[in-house]
Amino acid sequence: MSILIYAESAEGKFKKVALELASYAKKVAESLGTTVTAVTVNAGDVSELSKYGVDKVLKVNNDKLAGFTAKAYADVIKQAAQKEEAKVVLLSSTTDSIYLASLVAVALEAGYASNVVGLPVSTSPFQVKRTAFSNKAFNITEINTDVKVLALAKNSYGIFENTSSLTTEDFNPTIGDADFGVKVVSVEKVSGKVSIADADIVVSAGRGLKGPENWGMIEELASVLGAATACSKPVSDLGWRTHGEHVGQTGKPVATNLYIAVGISGAIQHIAGINSSKVKVVINSDPEAPFFKVADYGVVGDAFEIVPQLIQKFKAFKEQQS
Amino acid sequence: MKILVCISHVPDTTSKINFTNGDAEFDTNGVQYVINPNDEFGLTRAIWFQEQQGATVTVVNVGGPDTESTLRKALAIGANEAIRINANPTDGFFVAKQLAEVIKNGGYDIVIAGKESLDYNGGMVPGMIAGILGYNFLNSCTGITVEGTNVTAVREIDGGKETVSSSLPIIIGGQKGIVEEKDLRIPNMRGIMTARTKVLTILEPVDAAINTKAVKFEKPAPKSAVKLISADNLDELINLLHNEAKVI
Repeated sequence: MSILIYAESAEGKFKKVALELASYAKKVAESLGTTVTAVTVNAGDVSELSKYGVDKVLKVNNDKLAGFTAKAYADVIKQAAQKEEAKVVLLSSTTDSIYLASLVAVALEAGYASNVVGLPVSTSPFQVKRTAFSNKAFNITEINTDVKVLALAKNSYGIFENTSSLTTEDFNPTIGDADFGVKVVSVEKVSGKVSIADADIVVSAGRGLKGPENWGMIEELASVLGAATACSKPVSDLGWRTHGEHVGQTGKPVATNLYIAVGISGAIQHIAGINSSKVKVVINSDPEAPFFKVADYGVVGDAFEIVPQLIQKFKAFKEQQS
Repeated sequence: MKILVCISHVPDTTSKINFTNGDAEFDTNGVQYVINPNDEFGLTRAIWFQEQQGATVTVVNVGGPDTESTLRKALAIGANEAIRINANPTDGFFVAKQLAEVIKNGGYDIVIAGKESLDYNGGMVPGMIAGILGYNFLNSCTGITVEGTNVTAVREIDGGKETVSSSLPIIIGGQKGIVEEKDLRIPNMRGIMTARTKVLTILEPVDAAINTKAVKFEKPAPKSAVKLISADNLDELINLLHNEAKVI
């Protein structure tokens, strides 16, 4: 019996969400009196996981798995879970892991809870808190099956060091042709920019910017802060920005440490999409904008005056810090 | 080509969310229900396949009689027929099992379900259907074309997109991008009138495990009031973000 996590990596390096998942798993394992095993796919050096409480790593190295293929990866996780007799299988909430999780749950005949935002409320019966209604509420979900699959929401637990003595084992699960019914033809990643999925800070803007030609200052502010850029729904509908940047109920959810909204009035659907972010800063010329009701910090004023000043001030702050 | 579009009946995105019965149930009082937006994108794409490639489009929902208005709307938009599975959709696996049964019996080539529904946001049903049936599965789909039995699709990945190829039959977890918002169909009067005469079949559920249950709901704790910072004193904002919020 153990807890199994799928520790996601990219280009040989663990993603931050994998370290958060390991930290979370360690705590759950302690409450269940068990250990944490991680399964990795073509991850290179896995020693970093020992810092966050992982006791054992099942290392899968297989050229067939060089690109992400959901069915094959789900098969790997299923076989790892069965080998470890895992009662709890944990995944992150990245696009890839969410793709995998329901396949894993069916394969293991496990109940599955996604968007989990905290440690189990109870382990017997097994109950977890998750978001529902697009972050407008939480739901305590009880899982009744012997094996449980959970997907942990990003930034909902944090990363905590908890050094363990790590053992590693090469693991060669059986992967068949049926696992590759969906083939990746090409991948296009936006290079040189922080993606919303990876970002700790997101700078987002709305119709208050008046046109796509004014996004330069938003990108500059994001660049100074090492942040990703995003936008409101009307902006993506107008084609000012790609809909990959659209944040909200029908766009991307954002659960960052800092969300800066410029010229966005704060429609209920937009707020639902960003509500899991820890700190929200709103800049808007309309003091009655609904976004101020959910913001932590607000500045009432003209974005075209405030944002350029903020860029200079953040630059000076960063220089002072370095 | 036979297409099945799975439709969730969800509260309108502007709905205020409240609970009743000791916070154990969602309070439906005064709530308007709509086709789940991710499903609506999928439905519109299916209608495109109907118009361009002669596909037939069936919509299906797991729910009580109150969800039929949502199915009728999907028929008014252009679906050929509708199926309602007469059960309360409380658990993702239970719902997926019901839908898998319909798919198996109906021989559908493409099944489109929104990548998540905007009530429980589980994001689990399309993948579970694929897992149960062993079909090819594509999640977070933002584009799809079909030639013969070959499928080419685009899906969103963190930080970009990828193009994939597969074959029919396939389960699609769709989202905005599979069609654009501006291309969504609104039922016209003719569609509404025609929908009344289209077939809406009611099926009883098959036995399936209920693996999870929602025990209780909570609303987020009320927020403290916003701290307003003068536009003339932006240093204070940086100070607060660094020293108080500790996020920079």
